[in-house]
Amino acid sequence: MLLPLSWLNEYVDTSAIPVEELQARLFSAGFEVEEIVYPGAEISGCVVGKITEITQHPDADKLVICQVDCGPSGQFQVVTGATNVKTGHFVPVALDGATLCGGVKITSGQLRGQVSQGMLCSGEELGIDDDWYDGAGVHGILIFGPEVTTPGVDAKALLGLDDCVMDISVTANRPDCQCVYGMAREVAAAFSLPLRELELDYKTTGGPSDLKVSVQDSELCPRYIGRQVRRVKIGPSPVEMRRKLRLCGHGVHSNVVDVTNYILLELGQPMHAFDASKVAGGEIVVRRATAGEKIITLDERDHTLTTENLLICDGSKPKALAGVMGGLESGIADNTAEIIFESAVFEKANIRRTSRSLGQSSDASKRYEKGLDDHTPALALERALHLMDKYGFGAVSESSVDVWANPDKVNPTIRTTIAKINAVLGIEVPATTMREILERLNFVVTLSDDEITATPPFYREDIEEFPCLAEEVIRIYGFEHLTPTMMDEAAITPGGLSEQQLVREKLCIATMSQGFCETIHYSFHSPRDLDMLGLPAGARARDTVAIENPISENYTIMRRTLVPSILKTIARNCKRGVNAGRLYELANEYIPRPGESLPEEVPMLCLGLFGEGEDYLSAKGALEQICDTLGVALTYEKANFDSDEAPTYLHPGRAAALRLNGEVIGYLGQLAYPVQQNFEIARPVFIAQLDARVLLGASPARARFSPLPAHLEVERDLALVADEALTNGEIEAAITGACGQVSRVRLFDIYRSEQLGEGKKSMAYTLTFTPGDSALTGEQVDGFVGEILAALEKLGAKIRG
Amino acid sequence: MQQLIEQLKAQIAGQIAEAQDTTELSAVHGRFLGKKGEISVLMQGLGKLSKEERPAAGQLINELRDWATEQLGIKESSLAQWELTRRYKQEAIDVTLPGTGREMGGSHPINLVRAELCRVFAGLGFEVVESPEVELVNYCFTALNVPPNHPSRDRQDTFYISEDVALRPHTSPGQIRTMENQKPPIKVVVPGRVFRRDDDASHSPMFHQIEGLVVDKGINLCDLLGLLTTLAKTLFEPDVDVRFRPSYFPFTEPSVEVDVSCFVCSGKGCGLCKGTGWIEILGAGVVNRKVLAGCGIDPDVYSGMAFGAGLERMAMLKYGIGNIQILYDNDLRMIGQF
Repeated sequence: MLLPLSWLNEYVDTSAIPVEELQARLFSAGFEVEEIVYPGAEISGCVVGKITEITQHPDADKLVICQVDCGPSGQFQVVTGATNVKTGHFVPVALDGATLCGGVKITSGQLRGQVSQGMLCSGEELGIDDDWYDGAGVHGILIFGPEVTTPGVDAKALLGLDDCVMDISVTANRPDCQCVYGMAREVAAAFSLPLRELELDYKTTGGPSDLKVSVQDSELCPRYIGRQVRRVKIGPSPVEMRRKLRLCGHGVHSNVVDVTNYILLELGQPMHAFDASKVAGGEIVVRRATAGEKIITLDERDHTLTTENLLICDGSKPKALAGVMGGLESGIADNTAEIIFESAVFEKANIRRTSRSLGQSSDASKRYEKGLDDHTPALALERALHLMDKYGFGAVSESSVDVWANPDKVNPTIRTTIAKINAVLGIEVPATTMREILERLNFVVTLSDDEITATPPFYREDIEEFPCLAEEVIRIYGFEHLTPTMMDEAAITPGGLSEQQLVREKLCIATMSQGFCETIHYSFHSPRDLDMLGLPAGARARDTVAIENPISENYTIMRRTLVPSILKTIARNCKRGVNAGRLYELANEYIPRPGESLPEEVPMLCLGLFGEGEDYLSAKGALEQICDTLGVALTYEKANFDSDEAPTYLHPGRAAALRLNGEVIGYLGQLAYPVQQNFEIARPVFIAQLDARVLLGASPARARFSPLPAHLEVERDLALVADEALTNGEIEAAITGACGQVSRVRLFDIYRSEQLGEGKKSMAYTLTFTPGDSALTGEQVDGFVGEILAALEKLGAKIRG
Repeated sequence: MQQLIEQLKAQIAGQIAEAQDTTELSAVHGRFLGKKGEISVLMQGLGKLSKEERPAAGQLINELRDWATEQLGIKESSLAQWELTRRYKQEAIDVTLPGTGREMGGSHPINLVRAELCRVFAGLGFEVVESPEVELVNYCFTALNVPPNHPSRDRQDTFYISEDVALRPHTSPGQIRTMENQKPPIKVVVPGRVFRRDDDASHSPMFHQIEGLVVDKGINLCDLLGLLTTLAKTLFEPDVDVRFRPSYFPFTEPSVEVDVSCFVCSGKGCGLCKGTGWIEILGAGVVNRKVLAGCGIDPDVYSGMAFGAGLERMAMLKYGIGNIQILYDNDLRMIGQF
């Protein structure tokens, strides 16, 4: 909210407090001053001058020479082209060195040969108009009013241009501080200064009231007060009101509308003024709209309503969208002669929903959305009537009509102890200090020994239990009184990272060590991303968790695969000239669970590799190393593209299913070319995606030591010839299956030649035999090799002759 | 004999001197000291001498062998040294050539901060708890004392999966799940992804928070100050100050906003702290009694403190990243720096 210092000072005198100190105290009391604006920041060196003589410039028809008495500043000669100044006028004079609006600098000089020691200023040059000071908008020099009689006075201060406006951020629990008077209460409490009371007196010369008010839904409208003001003269409001409205960023309208806005700013009560002649039967009815009912608001927008919208109606028609905006036809016009003031409370959530659903907000709706107590409407109305009467805008009728559903409701009294309050704070605030602070905040307090009762003022509906009192006490007492402690009374807890969390860290380091950069992508994407992967209609990954209110078409479903995110990032990096890289993401996929509210969240590891030097085997090697670090050994087999979980985004000839303990836990392979094209990636990409639970569940603590062999291991090389279709995996499985003594099988060469023939390959392996209790003899190893070769024969692999 | 030996001696000395490398030298060795070398032949020739002559001649030959062995040894070690030097010279390489290992990847700065915070709190006796990202509305709001019509529940602000299920807008549901499953003493942090319907220059629809919760006897505002001061000093600089100012959250009372003194300018005022000398890092407070009671914890016996911090903000502050969008852009050149 915007708070002009001049307006604040009307209620609590802060003139002796530097603005920085005010800002600091408000800050520690919970009100951050986000910005301070000085409307006259550019103006300096201007004083009030009295024109003592005017003579014609000898060499210029359109210039005159003024002798100006600037009191203690001295006597000056100023040349001006203005024609509206006369001897005896008091005017603003910018002296040598002065600065004006727009950064204009004034210096003494000569105008057509005559000395001019400054400049007489117009309102525009001072950055002000008639809404700031009467006569400031005139064409020519600003002529001060009759109240100005002393030459030499600082013109900036006189014009109120030394004011400042603080933009204060108010937390959601303090709607009472969304106004000048509310902040004045806080400032008074924070500095222990007296708070001036509101002037509320007025004469009731407008005759008896004949207004009828009925509220049909008191839940949505807990209180509605109406009051007639007759013999209204629509016109401009006085300059002191206009100036304040402008300082707070409000437009200036007619006096009646200005009064309602003034009250909103000063007391935080949205008010509305109806033209009484347009309220049929002098009757106000507050009711829900009927479905499809229509209203045109003041800003000429048509709205079709539902029963969730609250209306202010007369006997027959809607006159205003309650708490949001008046209707077009019942607004104040230049010829309005009688008005009905509305000062009411509307339920905040309903106002918010109406405002949101209709796309219609206003200063009033924004204020109502923050919440309003039941008492302020009466106070605000009195204050509005005071202004109407004081400025002669109209004759106030003799009484209000006040429909108040729950006038007996009061804020609850909190009964507690000093000890309990101090236990929240962790320090010992003396009882009397607490009492004094709460009383400064207008709580009604009783204190006997350790017992304290405190009743919050009507405008503090946020105070619920004793911790609230603790907060009130400490924010005024000062947070600097707290001293850091480390839970002296609390039990010792072991804490620490779980085994799984430690493994997670290890996984990330292992992956990073293989050259992968960790990425983080949004958890949501779009079915279009799945289309780009080429997933068929029935694919299991298409069964996703959908967001009801997505922020954009790009993010409508929760991810069930991390692959599209990784691919988009690769594409983006390639476009920026990053031509090679390895990246990964460890994040949840979300799997719908029929019959359950919440989906299953499964951590997935997705690796992406692209650029020079990357191929299927480099990707597989990286994955093997990562798994090996965690003590997990996956088996790799040709992916089955007939299953409904087939990785259709992979190259069918270069895709492996990753198996652990018999279960497929993911896939590894080269990205299929059409998918690569869909994502606009120029070079081959290698992708692995797997269920990370098995990796995270890997427990190094469960690893067991195998005794080292007591005898030397024996190595034998075997060169085999086999059909192309026979895989390394099948050969390895056959070798280890045929002989329990083989501890390692290492492929060291693949060879193809004309000699071997079309469709044949030679594969050379080193086998390591680990002895048991006694050393292996050559004959024993020959026997093992024989068994192995027999097993390989069955696969069609023969020893190379 | 004497003469013969002198001749041989001169021959040996000459050939040792001429030997260019250890191979040549070992040939010299063979020629004179080998089984069929000249000294051995000489020794075998002793038999032809008279009995009287043999001892003296034998001694002379032995002396010659010892002398030759010594001379060869001296020459050999000098040649070996020379050869080693030559080999080193030949094998010299440019030691500044790039290593052949694979370049390291990098951690995402958000997860770096997450891991660091988890380690700090683990050391302080906290457990790290994971909590669902797709969460019951009840845990997101109701159990946290967020009133039924609170704006944060609006469909404009929170993503919904259904009427009862939302994407968690903060990590605070982790507090509730912990308190429902565990009795005091409780010390947990809950890091993770959170979601809000904001997408502009300074907001991302997904971001990360870390939630902290302590529930035990006698927990108070000074403990909160102590805990968060420790956190700030560990995460930023050992000499930063921490200050509280009042704020408002439905699930804590009193609620505070927590600032650290600017670790760039030490409080003098700079661009990072917008000239204030302070940087806002997180929101915190004493757990609202209603929240405790709602989880079956007696607020008259136990009290709690909680905080919630944005990991993006922490990472941006710690690593000097000016724009949140950079964190979700996943440029490998950015991640490679961490």
